[in-house]
Amino acid sequence: MKKKEHTLLRDLRENRVKWLMVLPAAIVVILMCYIPMGGIVLAFKEYNYHDGVFGSPWVWFKNFEYFFQSGKAWTTTRNTVLYNIAFLCTNTILQITCAILLSELVGKKFKRVTQSVMFLPYFISWVVVGAFIYNLFNYEFGAVNSLLKSLGMEPIDVYSNKGAWPFILIAVSAFKNIGYGTVMYLASIVNIDAQLYEAADLDGATMWQKIWHITLPGIRPTIVILFLMAIGTIMKGDFQMFWQVTGNNPMVLEATDVIDTYVTRSLLTLQEFGMTSAAGLYQSGLSFVLVLIANHIVKKVEPDYALF
Amino acid sequence: MEKLKPHNKKPVGRDRVIFNILSYVLLTILSVVCLLPFLLVLSGSFSSQEAIRLHGYQLIPSSFSLDAYKMLFRIPQELLRAYGVTITVTATGTILGLLLTSMAAYVLASKEFRYRYQVSFFFYFTSIFGGGLVPWYIFNTKYLHFHNSIIALILPILVNVTYLLILKSYMMSIPDELYQSAKLDGAGDFTVFWRIAIPLSKAGLATVGLFIALNYWNDWYNAMLFLDEGAKDLYPLQYFLNNILTKAQAMNAAAARSGIPASDVPSEPIKLAMTVVATGPIVLLYPFLQKYFVKGVTIGAVKG
Repeated sequence: MKKKEHTLLRDLRENRVKWLMVLPAAIVVILMCYIPMGGIVLAFKEYNYHDGVFGSPWVWFKNFEYFFQSGKAWTTTRNTVLYNIAFLCTNTILQITCAILLSELVGKKFKRVTQSVMFLPYFISWVVVGAFIYNLFNYEFGAVNSLLKSLGMEPIDVYSNKGAWPFILIAVSAFKNIGYGTVMYLASIVNIDAQLYEAADLDGATMWQKIWHITLPGIRPTIVILFLMAIGTIMKGDFQMFWQVTGNNPMVLEATDVIDTYVTRSLLTLQEFGMTSAAGLYQSGLSFVLVLIANHIVKKVEPDYALF
Repeated sequence: MEKLKPHNKKPVGRDRVIFNILSYVLLTILSVVCLLPFLLVLSGSFSSQEAIRLHGYQLIPSSFSLDAYKMLFRIPQELLRAYGVTITVTATGTILGLLLTSMAAYVLASKEFRYRYQVSFFFYFTSIFGGGLVPWYIFNTKYLHFHNSIIALILPILVNVTYLLILKSYMMSIPDELYQSAKLDGAGDFTVFWRIAIPLSKAGLATVGLFIALNYWNDWYNAMLFLDEGAKDLYPLQYFLNNILTKAQAMNAAAARSGIPASDVPSEPIKLAMTVVATGPIVLLYPFLQKYFVKGVTIGAVKG
């Protein structure tokens, strides 16, 4: 142990310029990530501002009990996991389809324009997406209701209709991510050896056979890895999306509240520190375990792509 | 691109014809769906308040009007201030973030650095485990006093571990001999970084820099957490827009401060005009910057 410290100290001295160059980034990470990790103890305390993190009294598992007995733990966990599964499946299928279609397309200009247009939503803020949703679904003036009325149909009020939100959220997630994912899968398709396609052409293979037997197996590692990594983050809700798209609307929370929106809302409106810390720790603890499991599976399936 | 050409000896197969029709139809539909919300907001912002009251938002407004934009330019102070905050924060954050990230990336990419794996893991670990929102929030407000401070808009997203690792692998692809020969000439680490690593990673730096800039430009979350009514002057553009959209009174109050009665404010189209003004720069710059983002996604896809 002592010997190791000695070499580290010597390295700090000998390579001090290198250490100094890492230092600023390291300080930011220590301030923004490592020190707050120490605040995990708050999950077991009844926090009050005056006593601070260390002075506040311990309540051990009371906060967790409160969180689980409120029923919110189940609702938000269910929503988070189910939405993530739905997003993952829809987005993966859609993005791979687009990437394959684009890769086989002959018209270069059409290819460039569609790819650009589909990538555009990725660049706008979630606030602007919120404006889109308002513009489309507002009960009085929304474009969807304008259209329905002009067709002589009854307007719909999505803001009091829980059943509509899974569809809206899945559509919004597809809209925002289609370009990014397509570009990623396209990059993976371009890397496939062109000779495989030439050989298939000589053998008289059809388009479908080439897609099924060359393209899809060729991008399999990418698909597997992204899928497994998604399992690692299945407990994390996309806060900005849920907050902006649903407008934090109390009428439909049952169907739209994910762990992240619940924690933030409770923190900002109720100033409820103990229970929200417990909910946060429950989430990051489970996420961590899931990442380890996912990485373990990646190591077995595609060892080159393991994270650590 | 050989593989895209149909084989010369055979006539174009029926499967390829079907496939092409399918491609064109499906990709056209998806592109239209992606573009439609943008067009709806744009056309809505050029509608008059009456037209929206009567017919709602439409793709082709029943009457064209510039009222919303005129109103925005009658009360420009808050909008301009929000723009100023966003530009300041984006410029500062991007330059500083890029400097910090590239310095760290250079060291982690250096094969001479004995502790590169440990230090890489030190950074990487934060992306798989965190203390959660509440401890972070309390530490920032109670101990770092970020409440109503512009630092709260910069520091939280200054160093992104994913970008750090992307730049690290980018810098690792620079041939080692280039570093070594500079070292033999007696250059120190910082000189090698500044004179050799930086110029040779220009493309990678441009990509990562643009991603950082985009994150700052689109950020509203940190403003929501750390700024209250008392720090209105510090509201960045997206949070300002957020308030206009969610708080019906926000625009009227802004108008009232300039002596314009609330009844004169075209409350519906002005929300959309505000959205157009806040998104405009991104959409206009997008065609020129797109290739860098595509490159970034591609680097990230190959190995994160």
